[in-house]
Amino acid sequence: MNPVNYLYLAALLFTIGASGVLIRRNAIVLFMCVELMLNASNLALVTFSRMHGNLDGQIIAFFTMVVAAAEVVVGLAIIVSIFRTRHSASVDDSNLMKL
Amino acid sequence: MNSLIPLLVAAPLAGAALLLLGGRRLDRSGPWLGTLAAALSFAFGLALFLDMLGRSGEERALHQRLFSWIPVNGFQADVSFQLDQLSIVFVLLITGVGTLIHLYSVGYMAHDERRRRFFGYLNLFLAAMLLLVLADNYLLLYVGWEGVGLASYLLIGFWQHKPSAATAAKKAFIVNRVGDMGLSIAIMLMFTEFGSFAFGPILGSEGTAGGAQQAGEGKLTAIGLLLLLAACGKSAQVPLQSWLGDAMEGPTPVSALIHAATMVTAGVYLITRSGAIFNLAPDAQTAVVAVGAVTLLFGAIVGCAKDDIKKALAGSTMSQIGYMVLAAGLGPIGYAFAIMHLVTHGFFKAGLFLGAGSVMHGMDDEVNMRHYGALRKYMPVTFVTFGLGYLAIIGFPGLSGFFSKDKIIEAAFARGGTEGWILGLCALTGAAVTAFYMTRVMLLTFFGEKRWQPDPETGEEPHPHESPSTMTVPMIVLAIGSVFAGGLFTLNSSFLKWLEPVTGHAEGNSPLQPLTVTLLTTVCMLAGVGLAYLMYGRSPVPVTPPVGSPLTRAARRDLLQDDFNHAVLVRPGSGLTASLVYLDSKGLDGFVNGLAATIGGISGRLRRIQTGFARSYALSMFGGALLLAATTLLMRSV
Repeated sequence: MNPVNYLYLAALLFTIGASGVLIRRNAIVLFMCVELMLNASNLALVTFSRMHGNLDGQIIAFFTMVVAAAEVVVGLAIIVSIFRTRHSASVDDSNLMKL
Repeated sequence: MNSLIPLLVAAPLAGAALLLLGGRRLDRSGPWLGTLAAALSFAFGLALFLDMLGRSGEERALHQRLFSWIPVNGFQADVSFQLDQLSIVFVLLITGVGTLIHLYSVGYMAHDERRRRFFGYLNLFLAAMLLLVLADNYLLLYVGWEGVGLASYLLIGFWQHKPSAATAAKKAFIVNRVGDMGLSIAIMLMFTEFGSFAFGPILGSEGTAGGAQQAGEGKLTAIGLLLLLAACGKSAQVPLQSWLGDAMEGPTPVSALIHAATMVTAGVYLITRSGAIFNLAPDAQTAVVAVGAVTLLFGAIVGCAKDDIKKALAGSTMSQIGYMVLAAGLGPIGYAFAIMHLVTHGFFKAGLFLGAGSVMHGMDDEVNMRHYGALRKYMPVTFVTFGLGYLAIIGFPGLSGFFSKDKIIEAAFARGGTEGWILGLCALTGAAVTAFYMTRVMLLTFFGEKRWQPDPETGEEPHPHESPSTMTVPMIVLAIGSVFAGGLFTLNSSFLKWLEPVTGHAEGNSPLQPLTVTLLTTVCMLAGVGLAYLMYGRSPVPVTPPVGSPLTRAARRDLLQDDFNHAVLVRPGSGLTASLVYLDSKGLDGFVNGLAATIGGISGRLRRIQTGFARSYALSMFGGALLLAATTLLMRSV
């Protein structure tokens, strides 16, 4: 199978994730879309690794997974605490940092 | 005895502090407390004078260092006093006349609610004036100089509910400021030049040369001219004379004490004290005599046209101080006579002002002489004392003014050359005009028929009456002084010998014999009296003033001094400030405000970008990332 197809899949997944981040308001969904984008880039990295025949891309993919795991821990904690105080997971409600 | 010197200043200063801070408890006793403080100071002065008499000429000066005022390396300013023959003359005049006028004010201000404050200010004035004449350095003298200016301001504006009094006070203060600037610059110049403020190192003392003797003539001329400017301000000499006439808005005792006998003579003191500088700067001396000669005629002419009795006397004061300044400008041939005229003038002019105050007191505060007349029968004591002061000021032979003025005219001729003739003739003319306007005042006030006007509100005719004894006693004492002081001083040249160790003395070479000068002066005086009698004594005086010649009309307006100041100084000054204000509000403020408004507007628009929605930030992040990626790709392909 031509590895370029995996790249197409990665681009598709990334686009879905990005548009999800831009369009959706629910923080949980937003979070899942971010994960989708991260995994799309992981897929692309692994594919490049295969195409070039070295392990660099795979190592970076591991790094990405570690970072993503840490991010999920912190991010979910924030979302849960916001939901507890505001009884809403909509990101549009958390707009206090504007002027 | 040295330790008595600070007490001279301390007594009235303590009186002022007590009266101004003591509150209403002292309302009743205040006037007497103030008078007591002045009398105490006079007693100290008398004791010091008697003590000084006991020592011989060169050892008479006393010095007393009180404390170090500004002890800085290279800048030594002390509060220290010097009491020499010149200072003691002033001390006795200030405290003596001051005490009498305090006493007079007890009666004059009896019905004024704020009299405690009035006496506090009077005491403050005495303290400042004594500080001025007792200081042994220019910096301390400056403190006194400013102090008397402050007291003068407070007292001219004492009836501050009258707008005219408030304005007059401000005018006096501002005009004096011009002169004070001259003094402060002169002091700075002296410090940079001679490295000291004290009289000794600057002026030199007996036998030792001071800084002045070693300095260049140009520097001394500059210092001399600045000192002259200071004297012009304080002593109401042309061109800074305009405040004195308006200063008559103050209560009459103030006019007598401050604006006739003492404060206005501070300029003469300054010039005499700084004689060592002027002696070495002939150009500055010429300026001094010119100012004196012009002012003595200026004041005399103004005095001829005024119908307000106090303003006529104010013109006269200006003119008489012109005589003193003229004499002081003549150098060693004139210093002693300047001071002698100053003292006799202190007596008779204070007496005249107190007489005027007594007349106003009896006439319900009427000041217009055309509304007086025939008062000699109603106010006999005032008439006699005023009359003696009148004879003294016009130089009637045998009275004070005769001796002192005659000496000045003689000294003016003795300057020699064309200058001597011009000055002498000016002084002679002044004597004639003095006789004219004083006779006019006398005739309008005490002779002729009644021209009393009913009060415009109540319609009552005034009922002139003699003043209480607290007022008449000082007038009598001053009248005695005006009669005998001049003769006493001239007897055996005692005054001259007294002052000689301080001021020095030189005989001039007069082109005229002393007797000729005396005769000429007397003839001029009689001519002035005769002319005034012809104009005001023989025919009834109209109640409304006639239109008069252009000169009379100009003299009524103080020879257009205010118009001149207004046109030359005030209008350009306010034009300048108006344009500066315009430039500031439109130009500078406009630029700054415009800049601020522009930045504010731009930031207001930029702020809209911050929506607070996470997705819009995310969109801009994507946009940015895309832009970066596109740029990188583009750069690579190029």
